[in-house]
Amino acid sequence: MNNIKHYFNSLLLIELLKGLRVTGRYLFARKFTVQYPEEKAPLSPRFRGLHALRRYPNGEERCIACKLCEAVCPALAITIDAEPRDDGSRRTTRYEIDLFKCIFCGFCEESCPVDSIVETRVYEYHFEQRGENIMNKEQLLAMGDKYEKQIAADRQAQAAYR
Amino acid sequence: MPEIRNYTLNFGPQHPAAHGVLRLILEMDGEVIERADPHVGLLHRGTEKLAESKPYNQSIGYMDRLDYVSMMCNEHGYVRAIEKLLGVEAPIRAQYIRTLFDEITRILNHLMWLGAHALDVGAMTVFLYAFREREDLMDCYEAVSGARMHATYYRPGGVYRDLPDKMPEFSPNNWTSDKDIKRRNEARGGSLLDFIEDFTQRFPTYVDEYETLLTDNRIWKQRLVGIAVVDQQRAFQLGFSGPMLRGSGVAWDLRKKQPYAAYDRVDFDIPVGKTGDCYDRYLVRIEEMRQSNRIIKQCVDWLRSNPGPVMLDDHKVTPPGREAMKDDMEALIHHFKLFTEGYCPPEGEIYAAVEAPKGEFGCYIISDGANKPYRLKVRAPGFPHMAAMNEMVKGHMLADVVAVIGTMDVVFGEIDR
Repeated sequence: MNNIKHYFNSLLLIELLKGLRVTGRYLFARKFTVQYPEEKAPLSPRFRGLHALRRYPNGEERCIACKLCEAVCPALAITIDAEPRDDGSRRTTRYEIDLFKCIFCGFCEESCPVDSIVETRVYEYHFEQRGENIMNKEQLLAMGDKYEKQIAADRQAQAAYR
Repeated sequence: MPEIRNYTLNFGPQHPAAHGVLRLILEMDGEVIERADPHVGLLHRGTEKLAESKPYNQSIGYMDRLDYVSMMCNEHGYVRAIEKLLGVEAPIRAQYIRTLFDEITRILNHLMWLGAHALDVGAMTVFLYAFREREDLMDCYEAVSGARMHATYYRPGGVYRDLPDKMPEFSPNNWTSDKDIKRRNEARGGSLLDFIEDFTQRFPTYVDEYETLLTDNRIWKQRLVGIAVVDQQRAFQLGFSGPMLRGSGVAWDLRKKQPYAAYDRVDFDIPVGKTGDCYDRYLVRIEEMRQSNRIIKQCVDWLRSNPGPVMLDDHKVTPPGREAMKDDMEALIHHFKLFTEGYCPPEGEIYAAVEAPKGEFGCYIISDGANKPYRLKVRAPGFPHMAAMNEMVKGHMLADVVAVIGTMDVVFGEIDR
């Protein structure tokens, strides 16, 4: 009996038709494609994208050149030089991140005692020239200025978890 | 009289079915494989050596990049070895979160395997469907760690942050109607756990769909049944683990035999194959996805009702919280000490293994009492499987090599390390 059933099933291509029914259903089903880049997938506030250096509301940069991020970076992507300013405060004279080396692990952000270096939601970037992979201090601060609102909101949302 | 010689064929390393950078030298008699010689090492990045030069915690991110389709399981193996070395244990909630994400990772890995395997053998559709589900799971990864793949989420002494109470939602735009956006956001209204629970309810139907497309399909069966049979005895001798061993009929699973994390507190079964051919290994992995789904459900239920710390409160190993760090001098010292020097585990050697989706992933660490490992050895499950390549394909046709590579679930990140 089983043999006969099997014979008819294979002769009538039953299992292939069953498969076709699944694909056929999806042919007419509502699509779930996200039309990137016009629309984007949602990002969590924890997202680890391109880096930024933040400032205090009075415009002073947060980074105090403690070099924790430099020490903790597994890929050795961060380079910092520091000098005391005329007013005696300690600040960086050079802060560079090599984006070729960076593995976006988030340790720099985790270690920063003043929430200065952060990873933003920006994930669309490219390089056209050699050397553009190294983000210097001006670029990092500019990133911070541009996205400060989003960065602050994300840190606020995550404050309870950290 | 023409001389009859075997034909030597170079397969890969740029072959789309070679799953990365596998190079096979195939000696063929007509279309039959006489000998297969895998050449590995094209993706060697020196992870083990690299780990010797940096504090323990800093190598976690590199573990993700070993087997880059089962990220958190690799982290788990490494982190567990460190914990064993230090003699600490993560809080119970962290253990459950790890169990949850190990199983999510297992599904991620098996979906990738299923899609790629089917694509190699000639079925395109499953690949697309599998990636749809992977998208949801990667959103879970991102919600919890901030990265879709290379999470760096597990830490010795727990996990980095607790599960978020809110899932990110799709924002309205001009390209999709508000109704569709609303439908997309349906499962995202609540917490991450709600999202995962919604996924576990949908997932069995999806697995049924994959099975409808493949399990009984005559082409699929013709390509897999009776291919690369490894009997029980031989599977032991070759050092197989994971689904490769279970496909040969050995009920060996570290989650059951040497329970870690919260696996002794959840209920699940180990699927076992009969004949040890590609088709059985396919069935085993499919069933594993269903079992993972079961474990995820139990973890979600437990995590809902049991809030608590996810990180050990021992600041010699784990950094103090942000608030404490900013107020308390001692906490600040701990913070600086941990992020510059790290911690120094006692001298000794340790091996800890987890059941990664591909098999036993273990880390063997020798510590000389410094803040860096003296030596780290990664036991990648894919390597012994790859070593059995010759034996498994001998006597089969050229087209079966692709099926065998698929069934081994090779990922070169871990084999070449």
